[in-house]
Amino acid sequence: MQHFIGRHAAAEPGSGDADAGSSPLPDPLPNPLPNPLPSPLAIRGLTVAYHRRPVLWEVAYEAPPRGLIAVVGPNGAGKSTLIKACLGLVPKVAGTVEAFGRPIGEQRRRIGYVPQRESVDWDFPVSALDVVAMGRYGRIGWFRRVSRAHKEAALHALERVGMADFARRQIGQLSGGQQQRVFLARALAQEAQLYFMDEPFAGVDAATEHAILDVLRDLDAAGRTVVCVHHDLQTVGGYFDHVLLMNTRVVAHGRVATTLTPELLARTYGGQSQAFAAALPARQDARP
Amino acid sequence: MELTLLDFLRIDFPALLAAVLACAACALVGNFLVLRRQGLMGDAISHAVLPGIVGGFLVAGTRETLPMMAGALLAAALAGVLIEAVRRLGRLESGAAMGVVFTVMFAAGVVLIERAAASGVDLDADCVLYGQLETILWLEPTGWGSLLDPAALAGLPREVMTLGFVLALCAGLVLLFYKELKITTFDPALASTLGIPAGAFHYGVVLLVAATAIAAFEAVGSILVIAMLICPAAAARMLTDRFAAQLALSVLLGVLAAVLGYGGAAFLPLWLGAEHSLNAAGMIAVASGLILALAVLFGPRHGLVGRRRGLRRVRASATPASSPGPAVLGGEA
Repeated sequence: MQHFIGRHAAAEPGSGDADAGSSPLPDPLPNPLPNPLPSPLAIRGLTVAYHRRPVLWEVAYEAPPRGLIAVVGPNGAGKSTLIKACLGLVPKVAGTVEAFGRPIGEQRRRIGYVPQRESVDWDFPVSALDVVAMGRYGRIGWFRRVSRAHKEAALHALERVGMADFARRQIGQLSGGQQQRVFLARALAQEAQLYFMDEPFAGVDAATEHAILDVLRDLDAAGRTVVCVHHDLQTVGGYFDHVLLMNTRVVAHGRVATTLTPELLARTYGGQSQAFAAALPARQDARP
Repeated sequence: MELTLLDFLRIDFPALLAAVLACAACALVGNFLVLRRQGLMGDAISHAVLPGIVGGFLVAGTRETLPMMAGALLAAALAGVLIEAVRRLGRLESGAAMGVVFTVMFAAGVVLIERAAASGVDLDADCVLYGQLETILWLEPTGWGSLLDPAALAGLPREVMTLGFVLALCAGLVLLFYKELKITTFDPALASTLGIPAGAFHYGVVLLVAATAIAAFEAVGSILVIAMLICPAAAARMLTDRFAAQLALSVLLGVLAAVLGYGGAAFLPLWLGAEHSLNAAGMIAVASGLILALAVLFGPRHGLVGRRRGLRRVRASATPASSPGPAVLGGEA
């Protein structure tokens, strides 16, 4: 019944949505035919403000049933905030976020999260395996210890990112890329269906980049949805199927090939777009 | 000989026991401040509870533990909320917010004490700052056997009982919520997405620190409380990279500081021929500081000495053709 939600249908009355519909975009409405399966992620009228300055303004987005999705935009566009608001980590001024047709807060088991590497203290006295096992805590439940089976699941997740040899290593003694892989392994250990990742490729070495990419493709092949904040326009086309261009508002979204155009990038990045647009084409059609 | 044993059991044993229990409890909860990088929170809470202690005392009119504890917990909760509010509304970093809140609340406590003193009540700030370890006496014992005699043990001073209860409470909660405390301390955001309320655990830690601090105040004073919240946990961090070992070691080091400090205060000066013993709480704080200094110097991996040796090894293994030391290390970091 809620399939015909427009980009400001869920906005609060009187919240100034008069200009929200004025941006001349390729039709942002989802397919008007009733969808048999609810979208993995449906964001409606999402507005977030820090100290009264809007960071997200009436963001509406419905993720396609499958595929890897890049969230792209300039610094301060609210990309990380979008992820955090979806996960309930920052308070919403307005709007709803649903995963698989139900409020996202009721779906914790199906959601995985890779925060930015800088968000934690890597000097903390835990091993890589300990950190990955934290991804299982939601399944283990209150008061119970981490059982052998959960430890094995965590070790398996470390294997998938090529970090099994470092399981016992204290996390501060890993390189930046290795730390990023530990975070990714932790998300894998969550065995989620919808993943949010905040700049997993930021500042990592080539080996880590390949490891992350392999994992993303495995997740995609297994039918998982990955929403990934990504900063490198050169690789968006090579790594992702879909892109969400945003700058406080949603500028455009769709398949990378049709959405990552110089005009839309110019609208996303404003004045700084020329250099990005020039750097763009090369690897756009690397993904089928 | 019999006399000194009785003296020990009646005078030194209860004071030492109170110090050991206080230090163990403070060291255990202190981990969650140190590992959250909120060491100042211990300082803030232990000052901010003063108006609560005095308020509880004024309302109840007695020096019973319960009303003072209730008042102090209320004050700690208020301080926790105020710090968060000042941080958000004033857009300050949390250290500044803590500094503002705890000084104001401590000042309010001092004013309240003055008022209480004016109305002829015996309560003074010195006792809060330095404690009164030396006045904790156990009059029941008649010999070693009293340590196993339930009737004599029931006569243990109230401070010791309270501290024993608080230590048991801390240990029980840490065991029960071990996993949850670990994840909310390391990565509160992930904990929240898993349905573990990181905010509630933050306030829970604040309240537990407050309860521990209050129980320990009376016996050992707030200065020792602040030292014991930070030093053992920080020292343990230099000695291990495992979370469980960190908790266990900090408690062990806290107990060690209590024993060494008390011994250094009560017995050492007499053996050295001095007339008076030293202030025990002060010596325990000094001992915990010394332990931390030794750990910083000689910790196996994080200690200064060990780290220098590690550096030398890296330099030695770098081939002559490669870039000099700092660049090699930079690549690893």
